[in-house]
Amino acid sequence: MIQFQERISGQVSTADAPAKIDIRGMGFFYGKSHALRDVTLSVPADAVTAIIGPSGCGKSTLLRAINRIYEIYPDQYATGEILLDGRNLLERRYSLSALRRRVGMVFQKPTPFSTTIRNNVAFALSYFERLSKSEMSDRIEEALRQAALWDEVKDKLGASALSLSGGQQQRLCIARTLAVRPEVILLDEPTSALDPISTARIEELISELRERFTIVIVTHNMQQAARVSQRTAFFHLGELIEVGDTSQIFTNPQVQRTQDYITGRYG
Amino acid sequence: MPLRRKLADILALLFAGAATLFGLVWLVWILWTTALQGGAALSPVLFTQMTPPPGESGGLLNAFYGSAVMVLLALAIGTPIGIAAGTYLAEHGRYSRLAAVVSFINDILLSAPSIVIGLFIYELVVRPSGHFSGLAGALALAMVLLPIVVRTTDEALRLVPNTMREAGFALGIPRWRVTARVLYKAALSGIVTGVLLGLARIAGETAPLLFTALNNQFWSADLSQPLANVPVVIFQYAMSPYDQWHELAWAGAFVLTAFVLCLNLGVRFLARGAK
Amino acid sequence: MNVPAKVAAHDSGAGADRLFRLVTAGAAWLVLIVLGGAAASMAWGGRVAFQTFGWRFITSRDWDPVSAKFGALVPIYGTLVTSLLALLIAVPVSIGIALFLTEIAPRWLRGPIGIAIELLAAIPSIIYGMWGLFVFAPFMAAHVEPWLSDHLGQLPVIGGVFAGPPIGIGLLSASIVLGIMIIPFIATVARDVFNAVPPQLKEAAVALGSTRWEILRRVTLPYTRSAIIGAIFLGLGRALGETMAVTFVLGNAHDLSFSLLMPSNSIAAAIANEFTEADTDLYRSSLIALAFLLFVVTLIVLTIAKLMLMRIGKVQGRTH
Repeated sequence: MIQFQERISGQVSTADAPAKIDIRGMGFFYGKSHALRDVTLSVPADAVTAIIGPSGCGKSTLLRAINRIYEIYPDQYATGEILLDGRNLLERRYSLSALRRRVGMVFQKPTPFSTTIRNNVAFALSYFERLSKSEMSDRIEEALRQAALWDEVKDKLGASALSLSGGQQQRLCIARTLAVRPEVILLDEPTSALDPISTARIEELISELRERFTIVIVTHNMQQAARVSQRTAFFHLGELIEVGDTSQIFTNPQVQRTQDYITGRYG
Repeated sequence: MPLRRKLADILALLFAGAATLFGLVWLVWILWTTALQGGAALSPVLFTQMTPPPGESGGLLNAFYGSAVMVLLALAIGTPIGIAAGTYLAEHGRYSRLAAVVSFINDILLSAPSIVIGLFIYELVVRPSGHFSGLAGALALAMVLLPIVVRTTDEALRLVPNTMREAGFALGIPRWRVTARVLYKAALSGIVTGVLLGLARIAGETAPLLFTALNNQFWSADLSQPLANVPVVIFQYAMSPYDQWHELAWAGAFVLTAFVLCLNLGVRFLARGAK
Repeated sequence: MNVPAKVAAHDSGAGADRLFRLVTAGAAWLVLIVLGGAAASMAWGGRVAFQTFGWRFITSRDWDPVSAKFGALVPIYGTLVTSLLALLIAVPVSIGIALFLTEIAPRWLRGPIGIAIELLAAIPSIIYGMWGLFVFAPFMAAHVEPWLSDHLGQLPVIGGVFAGPPIGIGLLSASIVLGIMIIPFIATVARDVFNAVPPQLKEAAVALGSTRWEILRRVTLPYTRSAIIGAIFLGLGRALGETMAVTFVLGNAHDLSFSLLMPSNSIAAAIANEFTEADTDLYRSSLIALAFLLFVVTLIVLTIAKLMLMRIGKVQGRTH
């Protein structure tokens, strides 16, 4: 598919930033169904890249390829390359454990585990690292602070995670992911199941996190994409239609289809 | 509306009500009889004396003990295997031919006659060893328990939303650990309910024990010999011509029924509370 | 370039994942082995009897341990008669209960009554047997059977079915006890399946002015037909294999009689009553051969039941 050059519009284009993730000629199949075609896209480090498009366009599919979560399902597979810091993570040899430690994912519906808040955050941490009790406590606090949840739960770390509100549970899931200090965070419509106030909290959080992490967010909410991301990729029917700086995509899209979607011609 | 249609409707509704009453009447009658006859024969002696020879009075201590031991042993054998098999069905069900076949066969085994299980263990264990044994009885009960635990574990795990699995995997945790640390915890109440209901079922099973543990008039803690148990004692005593044995049979029936019903009701209220 | 693989690339970073899958699959295999083993061992145990009597085993009325002649006809007859009569009682009652629980009963009543019906299934079958022997059979002997014998026993043709001494123990009493026992199995499936009918279908019928009976007959039953048939087969499968409830009340008499008031025998009851006394290989083998026949028939019935229940999409697995 044709990839458009980003227009340099005076402000620093994200195209200049080093690419954390380089997707090259990637395709995806659900059984016989060809869901993504020849996607070539680079995701800059320390920035938020939004993936937008109408339902069924393949944006979640793309996201789920980056941490190979699709591999639970035997009839799904990916072709092409996704380079993380230069190494193709789609290769069989690339350890899933190592990959998912570097690339974390937060899902649409908050899914805290049926245990305490503390255990939720410590869950992956205790698997990957041998830490003393005090080190563990420190890491848990660090993760909860980064997820802007510490102040609300610091007195009840032993309480059940299920006792938290929806927005708090989602921040807990973010803390859980942050605990192992990943480099990339994938967010699959992280606020679509939440109320507006929680949504705003999390968008704030994303803006804070982007200074230290590479973030890719899938959202069907265009305003959200415009608010939080620096770079936006528009997908339609399994193909990358246009990618560029967020401000440019939303004010001056180069492709007609992008323009139609942005202006609400079809959803 | 024509009278005929209205009449048909009223008759149907009356029939439905009568059918329900019909079912309830039997329930009450059976429970009432058991309470009455069994209650009359209740006494502390039940728990302190052994089963007596014909014509004498006694208790059911050895029977209670034998039943308890065999049921607990059956649980120890059947529960881990059942949970493991149920896990396989739930976690690999969609992509495995084996899982589909086992699920089907398991449901059939669930309702199959337990007398056949008893005879199977007879051929497998009792015949070669030359004698009845409590161990054989426990094995037979474990086989009756197995499909129940498999089914309830499978259902309980399927109820856990898939996103929880994906969330676990996305953290980089290997599959078996996600199952053991996350999924089992989430499905725990369902699995425990299944095990308890299975326990209630095998506590009352007679046919499998008739050909495996049989019965033992005396006190015995030896699993390699015939072992007294409540259902077979009830069977033998009830079919006998001795009044004192009849009384003991009713007492045993009372205790057994009370145990099974309390377990059933308790499990239901626990399940409701967990929701 | 990634070559797509059809097989799931389960990253067993540890061989632990593979081991876990192996262990759980092994446990699953055990379920199959139990069934296969039971069937095989019944066939093996019955081989002496099958070899000795051949096909006549199924058609022979003999049952004489002394002269070593055994035939399955009477137990088969007793099993079939009691099971079918039990179904005759249980099916309409179960449908009625399901209708009551889903359409008629006020909401607060549905839970308790549903639980009460399920308790019928929880009561161990030996309790049914004892109650049948000590309470129900005498009741039948004192109040019901004399009436049947006097009033229906004289009729031409069907009179033979109701003629006989009012001893209480016999095919009729056993069938009734069995029928009560299988009510909860059919009723709970029927209730669950009635509740699963899409409300829009029922609402459309209500909007057209249908009565509740008409909705049952024209919407609910046709929609749930496969599942109801499955439930009936499930009840039949249970009835065929039921041992203790029947053993106490059937009489253990190896007599083939058309009268329901007479005692008879069923496969499970015969085995339960006689196995410990079977002193010759042929005797034991004949009993196990009976078990084999029962097992095969039950397997077929339960398979049909499961296939029917799977059709409606929701599979109800009862655990008792």
